[in-house]
Formats: sequence, structure tokens, C-alpha cells
Amino acid sequence: MSSFLAIPNPQAARRLFLGRSSLLLSGAAVALLAGRDVLAAKAGGSTAADAQILNTALAAELEAIAAYQVGAESGLLQKPVLDLAVQFQGHHKEHADVLAKTVQKLGGKPVAAKSKYNFPLEGLKSQADVLRFAARLEQGAVSAYLGAVPLFANRDLSKAAASILGDEAMHWAVLRNALGENPVPSAFVA
Amino acid sequence: MLRVALAAAAALSVGAAEAAGDAKRGEQLYARCAACHALAYDRVGPRHCALIGRPAGSIAGFDYSAAMKSSGIVWNAKTLDRFLAAPMQRVPGTTMTYAGVTDAKERADLVAYLERAGKSADCKKP
Repeated sequence: MSSFLAIPNPQAARRLFLGRSSLLLSGAAVALLAGRDVLAAKAGGSTAADAQILNTALAAELEAIAAYQVGAESGLLQKPVLDLAVQFQGHHKEHADVLAKTVQKLGGKPVAAKSKYNFPLEGLKSQADVLRFAARLEQGAVSAYLGAVPLFANRDLSKAAASILGDEAMHWAVLRNALGENPVPSAFVA
Repeated sequence: MLRVALAAAAALSVGAAEAAGDAKRGEQLYARCAACHALAYDRVGPRHCALIGRPAGSIAGFDYSAAMKSSGIVWNAKTLDRFLAAPMQRVPGTTMTYAGVTDAKERADLVAYLERAGKSADCKKP
């Protein structure tokens, strides 16, 4: 299996990455919740619970943004992979923005980013280490959203969470591919 | 009578084996927790080192929900099994907004891993 890491020519790697990522990620720009004011009106007595679910997701997204920042600033990522990290961080920023706005629409208070996050920096010594760290976060995010989807009282929120889940799963697959691993190791995620 | 006793003992033995869980498989399952948890440090969720025997909501400085802090739970194989099956039902108001691990064997494996991990080098660092 080809890997971005295994391609000696950075230009070729970048072309491969951009070609693949456009195929994989162009469909990820789905309309989620922004602007859907009807959500607040539709939400019933379980509004607070739905807002809490979104807030937990928001906290994880904010941590992911910080984690990608650590990766991007580590000096360990080669250019094509750095582009990948920055792009994925941008997706997490979009998720966080939409989640925070939706929590507000539901009458909740969005959690703020922490001033400091704990990351296993001593274990990040190579590009592969950073990719593996990011892949683990993305895998966890897939499971977290999967565990949140059935909980929402408002089915629109389940749909939105599933949409983000799809994006996180693509991140995970691309990162696995960059590591030279099978990008899609099974037919189901858990 | 002896046959019945032997059968009961065998059943108990199988039950104990299932309850013990497979820590190696639990380690793989633990990847599902990686969006929010780590063994040695607090993240969106609290750290899992020294989880067994710890009262819920008791890590100093971690921002627990009021529900978790007042749950009265002390984490052990039984309480973890019940919580992991349906966190929001077990502790309404928890910020662990996760549907749960419905498979009892998977829960047993996860608990086995958490028990083993608590004794690992990662959890013995100062």
C-alpha cells in the first residue's frame, strides 16, 4: 500500500495527497446546524440534555484543534503531511464553531478551550508518532460521535453528529493510510 | 447430587472467566475511549490510572459534573460494568454523553484492561 511517507519526492507526495484528499473530503462540507434556527424551536424538554451532549463533543473538538496545533508546530511534519494536519485542524475548527453556536441556540453555555492541554509530548519524536497520535484521537472521535448519535432527543442533531462522524472517519482513514496502514480495516466502526 | 455440584462449579468457573475479561482485547476496545480519556492524564474525561477503588468524581482539579460528584459510586468491576452499559442512565447528568457499551463481554474486557493498566508502568510514573 502506498503511503505519503513512502514517497521520496515531496511534490509527488503532495499531488497524491491533494488528489486523494479532494476525493475523500470534498463531500465532507455538509450543511450542519448553522443557521437552522428551527432547531431551538423543535427542541423540547430534552434541550438541556442535547446541549450537554453537544458540549462534550465541543470539548473534544477543542482539544483536537489544540492537538493538531501541537503537531503542526512540532517541526516533525513534512510539508505534504503538514498540509494534511492543517486541513484536518480546519475541519475541527468548523465542527467546534457549529457545535458552540448550536449549544447557544439551545440555551446552553458552550465550553471554552482550556488554557492548557495535556498531550504526551515526550512520545512525539517523529512524523509517524504525530500521525499515530492524531489517528488515535480521530478513532476515538469516531467512537464518541457514534456513541452520541442515538442519544439526541432532536433527530436533526443525530444527523448532524453523524455527519461529523463521517468526517472524523475520513480523517482516521487518511491518517492510517499516511502511516502505511490499511486505511479502512473493517466494514464497521465501533 | 455430586453431578449437580460439579455442574454448578463449572458454571461458576465459566462465569468467573467471563467476568474477568480479556485485558488484551480490552486494550483494543479502549481505543474507543481515546477521544476523551487517557490513562495517565486528564483530558475531556478524567485519567484512568488508579481508577479501581477510586470514588467517582474525586480527582482534584478535574471539572466533574455535579451528578458524578454526588453519585456515591466507587469504581470497581461491578460499578464500572453498570456505568459503561449506559452512562447517562446510571448517572443522569454525567458529561460522559455516550450511549454505552452494550456487549457484556466487551465491558468485561474493558474493565480487565483498566484493572491491568492501573498496574502498568504508565500509571506508576510520578
